[in-house]
This record gives sequence, C-alpha cells and structure tokens, in this order.
Amino acid sequence: MYGNDFGDFDDPGAGPLNAADTGEVEAAAAHADRRAELDLSDFDAIIAADQRIEPRDAMPEEYRQTLIRQIAQHAHSEIIGMQPEGNWLTRAPSLRRKAILIAKVQDEAGHGLYLYSAAETLGITREELLDRLHNGKQKYSSIFNYPTLTWADIGAIGWLVDGAAIMNQVPLCRCSYGPYARAMIRTCKEESFHQRQGFEALWDLMRGTEAQQAMAQDAINRWWWPALAMFGPRDTGEHAVKGGHTAQSMAWGIKRFSNDELRQRFVDMTVPQAERLGLKLPDPELKWNEERGHYDFGEIDWDEFWRVLKGDGACNAQRMERRVTSHKQGAWVRDAAAAYAAKSEGRKAAASNEGSAA
Amino acid sequence: MTEPTQPLFEVFVRAKRGLSHVHVGSVHAPDATMAVRNARDLYTRRQEGVSIWVVEASDITASSPDEKDSFFDPAGDKVYRHPTFYTVPEDVEYL
Amino acid sequence: MSSDTETTAATATGGPATAGAAHTAYLLGLADDALIYSHRLSEWLTWAPMLEEDMAMANISLDLIGQARSIYTYVGSIDGTNRTEDDLAYWRDEREFRNVHLVEQRRGDFAQEMARMLWFAAYQKGLYAALSGSADAQLRAIAVKALKEVRYHYDHAAQWAVRLGDGTGESHDKMQAALTWVAPYVAELFSDDANSVAAADAGVGVLPSTLQAAAASAVADVLREATLEAPADSRWHARGGREGVHSEPMGYLLAEMQHLPRSHPGAAW
Repeated sequence: MYGNDFGDFDDPGAGPLNAADTGEVEAAAAHADRRAELDLSDFDAIIAADQRIEPRDAMPEEYRQTLIRQIAQHAHSEIIGMQPEGNWLTRAPSLRRKAILIAKVQDEAGHGLYLYSAAETLGITREELLDRLHNGKQKYSSIFNYPTLTWADIGAIGWLVDGAAIMNQVPLCRCSYGPYARAMIRTCKEESFHQRQGFEALWDLMRGTEAQQAMAQDAINRWWWPALAMFGPRDTGEHAVKGGHTAQSMAWGIKRFSNDELRQRFVDMTVPQAERLGLKLPDPELKWNEERGHYDFGEIDWDEFWRVLKGDGACNAQRMERRVTSHKQGAWVRDAAAAYAAKSEGRKAAASNEGSAA
Repeated sequence: MTEPTQPLFEVFVRAKRGLSHVHVGSVHAPDATMAVRNARDLYTRRQEGVSIWVVEASDITASSPDEKDSFFDPAGDKVYRHPTFYTVPEDVEYL
Repeated sequence: MSSDTETTAATATGGPATAGAAHTAYLLGLADDALIYSHRLSEWLTWAPMLEEDMAMANISLDLIGQARSIYTYVGSIDGTNRTEDDLAYWRDEREFRNVHLVEQRRGDFAQEMARMLWFAAYQKGLYAALSGSADAQLRAIAVKALKEVRYHYDHAAQWAVRLGDGTGESHDKMQAALTWVAPYVAELFSDDANSVAAADAGVGVLPSTLQAAAASAVADVLREATLEAPADSRWHARGGREGVHSEPMGYLLAEMQHLPRSHPGAAW
C-alpha cells in the first residue's frame, strides 16, 4: 500500500538518482559463479578470481575478524539509525509521510537483521554483537549522533545520508564475502526508496512556503558536512590518514573503492540534484573543475569528525542509553519466549513418549 | 553477560506459484511458529513471496568444502548425461 | 461509487441528511480507531523487545494507517465537505475524533500492548467480517482487504499472549496485570451509539454489541491456552469516545501529531 505512491514529484532531471539505480546492483546479483573451477581451500585463489568466499570456506582469521567488525558496525548503524528518524514518526505532517516514515524506519530494522544474519555466518551470535555495541566495543556510523531537529531533517537524511550510504553499499554488493554481498544486494534495492522519499520530501518543501524552504535549507546546512564525513577519513594522497584498513580491505575484495573516491562520486552525483532542488550546499569552495572532470570541494572539519566519533556528539550518549534501555526492558519478553519454547518442546516430547508407550 | 541466543532459522521463500522455495536468509525466533511469522515480516514485506519454509539451522546437514573434490568432481566427466553430447542430423525435428 | 452508497444508505433510512451524517460519523469512528492505534503502535519502533518485533509492530501500524487513509478519503468524498485524509486527521479538534479510549492510551509495557492488541484485533476481526457484507460497496471493499490484515494482528497478539502467559513467572504476572489494565476499556468497543445504530439500520454498519460474544469467546480461548485468568470486571468503564469525549492522553497525542501542519496553515508536505 505504501510502496507505490512515492513517485509523484516532477521529473527531477535525467539520469539515475543514486548509485543503486545504475544497474550495478543487478550486475552484482548476476555475478557469474566460477567457484566450481577453483580449489576452495585456496583462499587467495578465490579472491584473485573475484569469486565469493562462502561461510564454510577456509579463510584467514584476520579476514574473518575484519568482516565481523565491518558487518557488525554496519548492522549497528542500521538499528541506531532508527532513532533519529523515529524521532519524527509521531509528528510526520501528513498521513502519507507518516506511512512512508514508518515503512522506512522499519526497513532500517530489516537491514539490521539482514546484516546481523550475515555476520552470524562468520561464527558469532547476534547477542555477542549487541553486547559489543552496548558496551562500546563496536561503533556505529557517527552520522546518527546528530539530532533531527525539524521535519526537513527527515528529508535531508533520506536524500544525503541514505544517498551516501548507497554510494558506500553498491560496491559492497560485489564484496568477496558471499553472505555480506547478498545482504547488500537486498539492502541496496530497498535503500533506493529511502533516498527517493528524502529527495521528494525536500522537493515538496522547496515548492512550499518560505518557511518550508528555509526549513529545508537549514537542514541541508546542518547535514551536508556530516554526510560527506560518512565516507570516513581521507585514505588517498598526501593527507591520507595512517593506519586505516583501506589497503588490506581492498586486497581482500571487501572494499572496492577508497573513501575519497566514493566521496567524490557522491559529491558529483549530488551537486546537480541540489541545484534541481534549489538548495545551496554550504561549501563556498564547491565548484566544477573542468580539468579533473569532477567537482572540487572544501575540507571537512576533521576535528569535528574525530570528536563525534570519540563520543562528543550531540546525541552519542542519548542514542546508546536508549538502545541499552530498550534492550534491557525487553529481556523479560525474550526470556518468556524462550521459556515457552522449552515448555512446548517438553510437552511435545512427553506426548510422543506416551504415544510410543501406548 | 551475553544472554542465550534464540535459535537461528534458515528461511526459504516461494516467490510465486510454480517456482521452488529459495533460501533468502535467516531469522531468530524462540520457536518455529514465531520463526514463520518473523520471516513473513522480514522477507515478504514487499510481496516477495506466497509461501515460506523455515528450518532450524542446526537441523541442516551440509556437505563440506573439504569434500568438494570427492563429491562433485566425479560428475565432471559424465558428459553423456547432457543432451548436447549427442550428435543428431540437423533436419530431425523435436529432438 | 460514493453517490451509490449515499443513495443506499439514504433509501434504507428514508432521510438523506441524517443518514449521511450518521453514516459518515460511523465511518469516522472506524478510521479514527485505526489511525490512533497506528500512531500508538508506531511509538514502539526502537522500543520493541527484539528487532523482529520492531518489524511486526511496524507492519501492523502500517496496515492500520492504510485502513484509516482509505476510510478518511472515502468520507471526505461523500460528506459534502471535500476534505482530504489530512484535513480529517490533522485539522479536526479532539472533540471531533470518534475513536474509543482503548487506542488512545499511552504505550505501556509489552504485555499491555499485546493485551490491547488482542482485544482490539478480536473486535476488528468481527467488525470487518460483518462489514464485508455492508450495503456500502466502498466500505465493503475496504473491509474485505482489512479483514485479512486484522486476522494477522489477532494471531500476532494471541501468539504473544500465550508465550507471555505460559512463559516465566514474571511474564505471567505481567500479562495477567495487563489484562486487568485493559479490561475497563473493552466494553466501549462493543457499545452501540446513535451512529452505529443508524448505520446498522441502514445496512451499512454493524451493531458493535453483536460482535462482543464472538470476540470474548476468542479471547477466552487464548487466555485458557495462556494459563491466564479473565480479570474481574472493573468498577469503572471507559465511555464517550464515539461522541468525542476522550481521556487525557488524547490531547497530548493530537498536540504532537497535529502541530506541524497547524504551524504552517496552507502548506503542503
């Protein structure tokens, strides 16, 4: 019912709205399986042939740990990401927007579940992963430590944050680890709706009253730089941050493009959309560079990036507290379900024993 | 302390009548009854299916990658099992 | 379609003006129940006891908001006001909302939610089954679709009521307490008011009182399986929702839900 009424804005311009619309996801889904020709005990040969590693294949312990960390943090981001958007569920300004937002926040939970499932194939349980989130050993995307202050923030998150997330995730559809790649294919197809609804929400605001336009611009002013920071620290050129995981992850086929490459692609794809929306991106240095064939843009405030990453963002404490409280409050329900399952098993066993005795 | 894990169920969905159930992922649930419902809410919210199977993951017995050679390679040279192996005159129909 | 149904209702009762008003008031009661409960269920997102339950609550919330939107849109097209679904949801004041008190109560614990859902879905199951034979063709179509949805809601609440009731000692006590909490709000679901009487007379609606026995028996079956006891009847009962007399939480709910559009009159979203 909510799936078929998102597209009634004017044509926002030619070309795909996001990387999930470019056919890359379909191409990844159609990836040819040539594993039959390979020696499955030879991890390096599988990686070199651009084939997928599956759960029971031999793999280096560091590869397994890297994936567990990355997939878990991705999953944590999805479920913490429910909070800033959930903040507007009860205040969505129309029934259509309300239904869309419920469906979107629900999708974040769903994507979290796809990802936790993928992580579990590596030999770790969801409970352990949640523990690591709750005790701060694993992180989630810093973007969700920013507050959603107005309705336009919901549009900005959909358009910019989901847009950036898709840019990151589409290459992951070709990730060397099969279960992660499959979870990403599913997720990317669904995220495409997220970015579109965000764009559409802003589109409507920008065609609305002056106050609505100001609301939209204010949201973009606050979300643009954090969205760019989502791609992570610089990992190419002279300013590359030392000690990152990029090189190893690329060698393992987990990561396909550098943070800086993906960030550039995102900027290039987003600037024309901003122009179409009538929104001004808050970067005086943003301009087309004919020579490079890309947009130049200003420097991210990396001090802020590291500060928020380390816990000093507007909502770090609030997001974690809510997550932990919610988990604790649900414990008695989970216990009850487990107790009931055990009792039912017991009753079933007793009934079949009686049956065989008779 | 880590609380005990709810059992993991593998989920298979029939996309439409006439097709096989295909593995789509997994869900946690306290029991099979709830697993089917959880799978419905997670894997078919965009009309992806008309039927769902769940199987407790621990009940699945799988072949091992170590057994790949002895399991699957012996089928490799039985080319006569495939229709393309046979040469027939081009002008014979329905063959 | 809308003029047909108006005629059907009017012919059956013999007076277009009154029939129209009672007819639409009856429909608004159905829609308001669905919207307000959808709103309360959406508050569970991020607070559910497990992620799978976030998914389930969201699905149920979406079904209900879908029901509300269909009925609002229909009402706006037949009551002569040309109001949109959003006019009806965001621009009516509290006294104009016709939902029962049950659905407007603040979100409690998970047991309370399952107790509320069990009763509400048991009621809606009988309701939409009956309305699948309504003389109002549009309402009939809405009911046929909604019936499939609310059967699932009922199953969901019943599954959980059984697991909580027959789970641990703690969950049993919480579920038993939840049944006591919900009890005073149940009677209102099955109370006939002037609009439902008129709608039932016209063949458009169904008398809520006729749905009580089946719903109560369905709930009793669940409680038995759940090793729970029916709570003693409460001294007070909620009443007045169908006439727009609500309980205190309703004002806060509407303030939150309606504030944005009302802060920007004339704006589209």
